[in-house]
Amino acid sequence: MKIPYYPGCSLKTTGKNLEVSAIAAAKTLGIEMVEIPKWNCCGTVFSLTEDDLMHHVAPVRNLLRVQEMSGNGSVDTPNKMVTLCSMCFNTMKSAAGRVSRNAEDLVKINSFMNLEEDYKGKVQVLHLLEIIRDMGFDKVKEKVSRPLNGLSVAPYYGCMLLRPADIGIDDPEDPTIGKDLFEALGADVVDNPYKKVCCGAFHTVNDKSLVADLGYEILTRAQKAGGEAITTSCPLCAFNLDNRQKEISAAHPEFKQMPVFYFSQLMALAFGLGEEECMFEGNYVDPRPLLKSKNLL
Amino acid sequence: MEDKKDIMQIIADANKSVTTGIDSADIEHWVQIHIMGRAYKVPAGLTIMQAMEYAGYKFITSAGCRAGFCGACATMYRKKGEYQLQTAMACQTRVEDGMYLVQIPFAPAQEAKYDVTKESYAASTLLEHYPEIARCVACNTCTKACPQDLEVMDYIQDALRGDYASAAERSFDCIMCGLCAIRCPAEITQFNVGMLARRMYGRCGMAEPEQAKKQLAVIAEGKYEEDFKRLLAADLAELQQRYAEREREAD
Repeated sequence: MKIPYYPGCSLKTTGKNLEVSAIAAAKTLGIEMVEIPKWNCCGTVFSLTEDDLMHHVAPVRNLLRVQEMSGNGSVDTPNKMVTLCSMCFNTMKSAAGRVSRNAEDLVKINSFMNLEEDYKGKVQVLHLLEIIRDMGFDKVKEKVSRPLNGLSVAPYYGCMLLRPADIGIDDPEDPTIGKDLFEALGADVVDNPYKKVCCGAFHTVNDKSLVADLGYEILTRAQKAGGEAITTSCPLCAFNLDNRQKEISAAHPEFKQMPVFYFSQLMALAFGLGEEECMFEGNYVDPRPLLKSKNLL
Repeated sequence: MEDKKDIMQIIADANKSVTTGIDSADIEHWVQIHIMGRAYKVPAGLTIMQAMEYAGYKFITSAGCRAGFCGACATMYRKKGEYQLQTAMACQTRVEDGMYLVQIPFAPAQEAKYDVTKESYAASTLLEHYPEIARCVACNTCTKACPQDLEVMDYIQDALRGDYASAAERSFDCIMCGLCAIRCPAEITQFNVGMLARRMYGRCGMAEPEQAKKQLAVIAEGKYEEDFKRLLAADLAELQQRYAEREREAD
């Protein structure tokens, strides 16, 4: 499968370890992610108000580039694209849905962009996790050469991957996609009741203590459930749960720091890929001592 | 005093309208244009700048090299029967019948204060100095406005994700006319962002060219000291003679 891939800004900066590990893990599964040429911002803080179309131009422009790739044969998945960042996924899928359902919006945005080729409203926005699920976790299991036996992980989902229901890739109340994936990789999966609780999102810019409070709850609940590490698919969740452990430790001296993995890093590890692909050095809390203690490194 | 007069004459000659000395009875083709709402009949085929001078305007600003390089003569116009607001350099664009136009003498913008030797070559540096780039909605208006046909929106997107190399390459031919910034709904001053990206890329991202290193060493050894001393000591007549006899590339 050769599919257009939308990275987004975080994957080129703070979330490089998500991008590198995901591209390598996907390749092992036969998914070649082809970066969309000249992609622009996903829109991030797009408006939900009905008359604010301007903020949907950015995602629609990306969708048009996917449509162009489908037309020029550089990929073999017509009108489909994959994302890794939960936020980009949510924004792009939301915009794609809006213009595919609302012909008037589509005409207005096309008329505003005024390009040679109009966007036809057909592109389907997918998260890598759902592509993997739809391939079947058996296929994942087949590729595992270094099962994560003995590693206890607590999947964390956050909001953007699950909500609203028509955009989310799993049951918004009781998601299982993470559990199914990590079990296929051989890990012990524990359930964290705080797996969908807000990470604090952009409050991290101006209210670190709020984000540290939320992170403290999410991480200690995972630890109480028996988790040694938690997982995420979102660079913002990762930043808030991983990097903010510095602030958590300052506020709670008894807090025991724990690694925060991108789902793709554990895939790359279980598939037997090297340190270059796993990129654990990009994580704030170094997960390597834990992995060494489990004979996984 | 005499020398100064010569220089003033040279400038005056360079700025002479192309229609100077031509009898209007000899001009066959005319177009009507509107400068700031007022109609003028001007000879067809003139540039906007020449047409404005023909109409009696005198440029005391908004004019520079008259060759499309300096970025001083930004213009906005609409053509007859078209809704699009067009942008151009007045010295590079010919008038058309029914054109409505105005000069944009200046794009108000504050350049961020920084010292490139002290800035971190990190993705966040461009955002720290120009946080408004995060307001880009990818409308592409800046790209449409650019008289240099640069991919302005794309270099702002490069800047957003800290891709200095691409931002520098894509903005390299910027002439700082400011039309992108005037048109931007997110109020970004693209040309300043591109400048910072190029400065940072030039300092931190590019390999030091071997030839430049060698040449710097040659200069440090004092190879040109004597020549410079001679030039600095020369009188005006000698300098003029040397200028006239200089080696030069073909025009």
